[in-house]
Parts: sequence; structure tokens; C-alpha cells
Amino acid sequence: MTKSKGRFGVHGGQYIPETLMNAVIELENAYNFYKDDPDFNKELQRLFNEYAGRPSLLYYAEKMTKDLGGAKIYLKREDLNHTGAHKINNVLGQALLAKRMGKTRLIAETGAGQHGVATATAAALMGMECVVFMGEEDTKRQALNVYKMRLLGADVVPVKSGTATLKDAVSEAMREWTSRISDTHYCLGSVMGPHPFPTIVRDFQAVISKEIKQQMLEKEGRLPDAVLACVGGGSNAIGSFYHFIGDKDVRLIGCEAAGRGIDTFETAATMNTGRLGIFHGMKSYFCQDKYGQIAPVYSISAGLDYPGVGPEHAYLHDIGRAEYVPVTDDEAVNAFEYLSKTEGIIPAIESAHALAYAIKIAPQMEKGKIIAVTLSGRGDKDCAAIARYRGEDIYE
Amino acid sequence: MSNIAKAFASGKAFIPFITCGDPDLDTTAEIVKAMSENGADLIELGIPFSDPTAEGPVIQAANLRALSGGVTTDKIFDFVRDIRKDVKTPMVFMTYANVVFSYGSERFISYCADIGIDGLILPDVPLEEREEFEPLCKKHGLDLVPLIAPTSKGRIALIAKESEGFTYVVSSLGVTGVRSEINTDIGAMVQIIRENTSKPCAVGFGISTPEQAREMAKYADGVIVGSAIVKLAAQFGKESAKPIGDYVKAMKQAISDIAD
Repeated sequence: MTKSKGRFGVHGGQYIPETLMNAVIELENAYNFYKDDPDFNKELQRLFNEYAGRPSLLYYAEKMTKDLGGAKIYLKREDLNHTGAHKINNVLGQALLAKRMGKTRLIAETGAGQHGVATATAAALMGMECVVFMGEEDTKRQALNVYKMRLLGADVVPVKSGTATLKDAVSEAMREWTSRISDTHYCLGSVMGPHPFPTIVRDFQAVISKEIKQQMLEKEGRLPDAVLACVGGGSNAIGSFYHFIGDKDVRLIGCEAAGRGIDTFETAATMNTGRLGIFHGMKSYFCQDKYGQIAPVYSISAGLDYPGVGPEHAYLHDIGRAEYVPVTDDEAVNAFEYLSKTEGIIPAIESAHALAYAIKIAPQMEKGKIIAVTLSGRGDKDCAAIARYRGEDIYE
Repeated sequence: MSNIAKAFASGKAFIPFITCGDPDLDTTAEIVKAMSENGADLIELGIPFSDPTAEGPVIQAANLRALSGGVTTDKIFDFVRDIRKDVKTPMVFMTYANVVFSYGSERFISYCADIGIDGLILPDVPLEEREEFEPLCKKHGLDLVPLIAPTSKGRIALIAKESEGFTYVVSSLGVTGVRSEINTDIGAMVQIIRENTSKPCAVGFGISTPEQAREMAKYADGVIVGSAIVKLAAQFGKESAKPIGDYVKAMKQAISDIAD
């Protein structure tokens, strides 16, 4: 019998319609060829450095550190990348790969709009067609990003099915891919979906931990004691963790969106409230009811509002290598405001989940300890929503 | 001979699909009886899933109607046990991997065997993931029906070799739904299938008219129709058994004179 591929422990695999199987096999073969191709890697490195603005800074948050009075806090500034988030790392890699495969059209799903904007950007740069699927609910929450994608030349398709959020955008992008494969690459935005996506996206995002490690050794002469990142599907988190997985003394902490709390139904904390299932091409943990119907999830952050988590995170959770902690809307909003006032940096509400947990644990750690928090994106897109959360009626 | 094999034993098979619980299970019971009485050779019963990624808008909407009507896997098991007293036509479940897995795969599959379900169609379980469910199906005497798509190319032979029950030939790219024309070279696909398995094959996706059914039945052993029937269920609601019965009769007639 043909063997399953792309497993992380029991997680992962390729649970997709037969129509897509040759497309993912073609992608896997192309990736295995190009990942070691010097010409491909040279071009990707050039795009990272000259276009996206890498390496991103590892910034010592001195005021925050002194204010909290515990561990020394460093921020990995993925918010300073072109398009304002870590998403561009993966998109440049996949778009370049798709181009080498002879594809002329990119499709993508997006939640908050960051991955959609990044994909539309890469498509514009590389002269490719682009269609982005976005839950209708999210097109309203993130109207500015919808405008940006259209400005960049992409078509934005509002998805009305299901809960009209990120999971439905993924479903619709998969449906679109089954209807048009020959010229189209599905540029999946997180470390999820069928093999080889969790591996490809991880590899392109792993530049984050590679840089943190190098920069930390330069600045401190040693590795950090903990690395923190927010987790929805988990791409910035796996990127931040990857090169530290073998360094057992470095705590890896993923911060999930607990919404209104993990004891409520209005949550998106998959590791803390979900159970093992099969959805969107992978076996992993999902928020679901007893009959396996996928649960409607909730978070203030459109980018973390997803009922599943990438299979490699599920595995790191199983073996106890990484910890996954819930952070509520309230805690994230407080951290969003705190970093703005303390360091003059407005973080994405997604990244504010990781900051919130750093604010919680730093004071409990000794002064000599060091933590690195990945600031996955910038918060301009969230200002109107946070103002509304605080009762100020402003619109972008 | 398995029950599914019997469905193909006398001429071209007509295989209608219906989503269980759309709009309620009493109506589904009437529909299934009407299908059986009007010449259905095998009936595909859909267990609704919240996020059916292989379905077009028509069956997506049926899944939502059924779930919001409160149908569950347990209620569907009870319904099948009950209807099996009257309906002898072979039946298979069509659902998604998570519905089976989250129930406990072996528990789900053994219940299927108990209540008289003959096979499973799982559109998000390709050849590479069959091992998750196939050994359990074999153990409990169910057929796990594999799917072959227009993009399968070199995989057709591999999949056909593993075929149980019958092979489901997906006629077109994309998701389920009515199509005005089908351009795939079904004849060429079926030829490769026949070289690699003695199990029958049936074509589905996009078929709605008697003319399309006749065309497909020239190549395959059976024809599967889903969205066109689910459209009737959406249109007629609790009164849909009669129009669906009439439709099944017309479709069965359209393919009945085509020689094997």
C-alpha cells in the first residue's frame, strides 16, 4: 500500500481530493530540486535582502525590560519587513518556486489580509496573476488591506460560505485550486494544509530563527532562555522556533488566541481546547464538536482566528518540546497599548498575544535571563479595531 | 459477491446521492424509498460536514441545511438501521475523513457494518492515506471506494489496483456541481482502469441530464448524480420524494438500454 508522507509524529499527511494529488507531488518534486539549487537560493537571498529588507533587526527593548524588572527582552522585528509582516518571507519563496515551475497565477487565502497583501505584492513584482480569497466578515474588518490588494493588481474574492472567515477562505482557495491546476499555484500562507506545505512554509520562515540565533550570539554571546511567538496556523512561530529545536535549554513558547477565554466558546486556542482531527489536508489538533464538525472560532485577531494548528506544532506539543499558552483578547489589547507607549512600536494584534505572555513571565524571571519575542507584524491595520474595542468610534 | 457488486450485476447502474437530514431525516427516508422504488441500483447517503471542501455551492448548502436542522452521525445511524427494514438497495456513506475519525474510525466502521451500510466514499482520503481506514473497512466487510480524477494520469493504474466495491471516476476538474458539458476523455481513463481491476467503475461530478448519463454510460458501468438531485431537495423541501423519484426513474431509463 502507498505510504503516507509528510508526517510529524502522527500529524500531517495529505488528506486532500485525488484531483490535487499530482499538483502537490509536482510541488514536492520541484521544491526538493530547487531548495538545494544555488541559483534559486541566490535569487531568493537577493529578494530577502534587497526587496524585503532582511535581515530584520533584533532590538533590545530596554525600557520595557527595566519597566518589567526581570528578564532582558529582545524583539525580533518582522514588522519592519516590506509589507509589514513575516508573511513576505514565505511568499517570496513560494512565488519564486511557482515561477520556476512555469506557473503564471497565484491564489491565496487570507485572514487579516497580511498574507493576501504579501501574495499580491509578490505577484506584482514577478508579473503573475493573483486571486485572493478572504472571508466576507474579514473583508469588512480589514477593508484597508482589501484596498491594498486591489491596488497591487489582485482580485479579492469575498467568501460567504460557513463562518465567512479564514477557514472558509482556505476551503474556497482549495476548491479553486481543484478547478484550475495547470497554470495556478496555491500560495498557502501558513505551516498547514497537506504535505509539502507545512515543510515548505517552515523552511522559508526558518530565516527568522536563523537570524535570531546569529544576532543573539553577536549581542549577548549566548542563546536566549526563551523564544516567544504567536500561533494561529503557526508560521511565524515555527520560523522563530526552528533553529532552536535542538537547543534543549531554550524554552519555546507559542501563544494562542484565547479570545474571550478558554472556558468560553468564543476562543481560537486550538492546543488548549481542540482535539485530534483531520481537516484542510492534515491531521492535527482542531476545535470541533463531538461529531467532528469544525467549530466556529473567535479571536479579536483575524490572523489567529483559525480552528486548527500546523502539524509540526502539534508534534512539538506532543513531545513536550514547545509549550502552548492561551492569551485572551484583553491581555493582547493591553500589550498592544503597552508596547506602543513604552517602546514607541505599534505591534500587530496577533504579535501582541506573544508580547502579553512576555509581559507576564519576564518579571518572574531573573535579571540575567534573556527572552526573544517575535514581533510578527506591525499594528497599523489594527488601530481602528482596537479603538472600537476601547469604545472609540473611529473608522479607517 | 459483495452487495455493491450486485448493484452492477444487471446492466448500467444508476447511483443517486442525497444529503441525510436535508431538510430532516423523515424526508430523507421518503426520498431513499422513492429512489429505491424507481430503479436506483446503489444509493449514496451523504453525512453532512461543516466544511465540505470537495463540494460546490449546491451540496455545501445542503450540508448546512442538514446540520442546522440538528442531524448528527448518531441520528443518521439510527435512521439507516430503521430504513434498512424496507430498503434492500445497496447503500454507501459519502462523508469526510474527520466525521469518521472523530467518531473513532473503528467504532464508526463497525456501526456501518451493523446497520447495513456496504461501503464508504471519503473524498479527502487519497491513495496515500487509505491505510488510515482501509484495513478497518476490510475487517468489517465494508468497501472503501477510491476516486480517480482527470488529473490522476500515472496514478490511475495504482488506484485502480487498490479498488474495492467500485471505482469512482471524477468526470471533471473542480468541485461537485451541475455542468453543461464534460470534456474529459472518460473513455481513455476507463480503459486504464479496466486494465488494472475487475471491479466496476462509475462516473460522477457534473452529470444532470439523461443525455449526459447516456454518454457516460457508454464507457462506465454506472452513473452517479448528486447536485441535480440535491437541487430538487432544496426546491421541494419536505415534498421532494416524488420529484426525486420521477427524476431517478427517468435517468435509470435513459441508461437501461445501453449494452454492457
